[in-house]
Amino acid sequence: MNLESLTIAEARRALDSKEYSALELTNAYLDAIAKKDGDIHAYLEVWEKEARTEAKAADEAIARNDIQPLTGIPLAMKDNILIEGRTASAASKILENYRASYDATVTTKLKAQKVVFLGRTNMDEFAMGSSTETSAYGVTKNPHDTRRVPGGSSGGSAAAVSGTMALAALGSDTGGSIRQPASLTGIVGMKPTYGAVSRFGLMALASSLDQIGPLTKTVEDARIVFEAIRGHDPKDSTSLPDVTANDTKSRTLGVPWAFLAEGSEPDVLQRFETTLQHLKDKGYKIRDVLLPNLAFSLAVYYIIQPAEASTNLARYDGIRYGLSVRADSIGEVYSKTRALGFGREVRRRILIGTFVLSSGYADAYYRKARAVRELIRTDFEREFESVDAVVMPTTPSPAFTFGAKSDPLAMYAEDIFATPANLAGVPAISVPSGTVMRDGVALPVGFQIIAPHGREETLFAIGEDAESKS
Amino acid sequence: MTDVDVAALAKLARLEVSKEELATLEKEIPSILAFVETIQKAAGESEHEGDGLRNVMRADENPHESGVYTETLLSAAPEREGDRIAVKQVISRRKS
Repeated sequence: MNLESLTIAEARRALDSKEYSALELTNAYLDAIAKKDGDIHAYLEVWEKEARTEAKAADEAIARNDIQPLTGIPLAMKDNILIEGRTASAASKILENYRASYDATVTTKLKAQKVVFLGRTNMDEFAMGSSTETSAYGVTKNPHDTRRVPGGSSGGSAAAVSGTMALAALGSDTGGSIRQPASLTGIVGMKPTYGAVSRFGLMALASSLDQIGPLTKTVEDARIVFEAIRGHDPKDSTSLPDVTANDTKSRTLGVPWAFLAEGSEPDVLQRFETTLQHLKDKGYKIRDVLLPNLAFSLAVYYIIQPAEASTNLARYDGIRYGLSVRADSIGEVYSKTRALGFGREVRRRILIGTFVLSSGYADAYYRKARAVRELIRTDFEREFESVDAVVMPTTPSPAFTFGAKSDPLAMYAEDIFATPANLAGVPAISVPSGTVMRDGVALPVGFQIIAPHGREETLFAIGEDAESKS
Repeated sequence: MTDVDVAALAKLARLEVSKEELATLEKEIPSILAFVETIQKAAGESEHEGDGLRNVMRADENPHESGVYTETLLSAAPEREGDRIAVKQVISRRKS
């Protein structure tokens, strides 16, 4: 087997025709991890023993022809998704020794398909970051250029798939945390419609924005993983009833040119135009769309996200689970535990969130941000009456070097094209769109497709057309 | 630029912050706020809450059998006394 070119679809065929076993496939990935991950550091923990046990169980299922799309497929899990009895730390010191008390719904679904869990992947602490540099356990390197970040927050998941150390991975996307690292490492990353995938057992960052989604090598693989994890869940009150909207086959794409002109590096924009031209050649019509409030997305996001994060992270207080620092009073138990357990970026966002929600400021910041969020949502709604999808680059630039974005605002700007889909709750996918040169290295960039609510099939159809050029 | 009392915020957020970090945050937070304040230029009305989002609660029904998760959840707690999580005294008796 050639792991470099292997996809879930191809592995399925080979496993079912007994060309190799799930155990052999798993061993091949464990070998690849042993060989490469010392350099890349995609994983925080590799579950070798458990993975082999799961692979054997998958082989038994395959032998009795009890086969589902992901049976025996080796996957990586982002460190903020729970698997009962295993450590899940969100790359934070505050959960360093936390063992999950229960399975996330996505975990339950994957276990039912008999997947193989290879390990848990590095991430920005509590998913706050766009480079995986805020992890309490060291950085992850980009397999395309180890001087550069893999993006984030699902940087470990992206590097694992891009570096052929997992066939696919799960990530979470609150403001681009699946799509941006997928873009920077040259793979496919998808954020489903808000509510399409249950978040039960995902550590909450910003609950009105969070979604779990796949990082894979191909659009077809993203569809396979999405189909496996989607579905209504009574344990997640925000999960949507199961509906499948078929792809409409009409092909008009909207491009918000005025918005893209801001901040995109010229060669990244050029790659975007090349993919766009390729779609045009395939018969797509391209229209300019206005989406005037998109310009406010980043600012709106960096109010709503810290606000929700500051309330969600109040639960890490040293009382019920996780790190607990002994002190004389309960107030000090809280404040010392949180000071020692949370990293700088997390502390900064908790404080910003506390500020924008505080009495006297909530109207000007939080409530105003919610109102502008509604304008962004209606912008999309209006344009989706005349276009099937909105397309833009996933990021304004390729992978950057470690430490290059130490100013928080420079780091936040990474998310400029990613946040609108989260704010509007619509699904979006990033597919590889060729490379640009930086310091003599070819670095991948992504082409982002954003579709109306529930139109994942449209994303996959256009995504497959966009990726088929190479 | 908005004046921010970071020390007071940290207290509200139950977060101990060192003097050195406080100095950094006192520069960073106002500059982040200055950026997000650009939303004031949008046409949205701040009086309106209406972003179409609402909280959804699970129906209060079909409770699981009492005690089935007790041990699992308590085993994660830093300190316990029997079937309770032990915490420091919250309300102290006034000393006479």
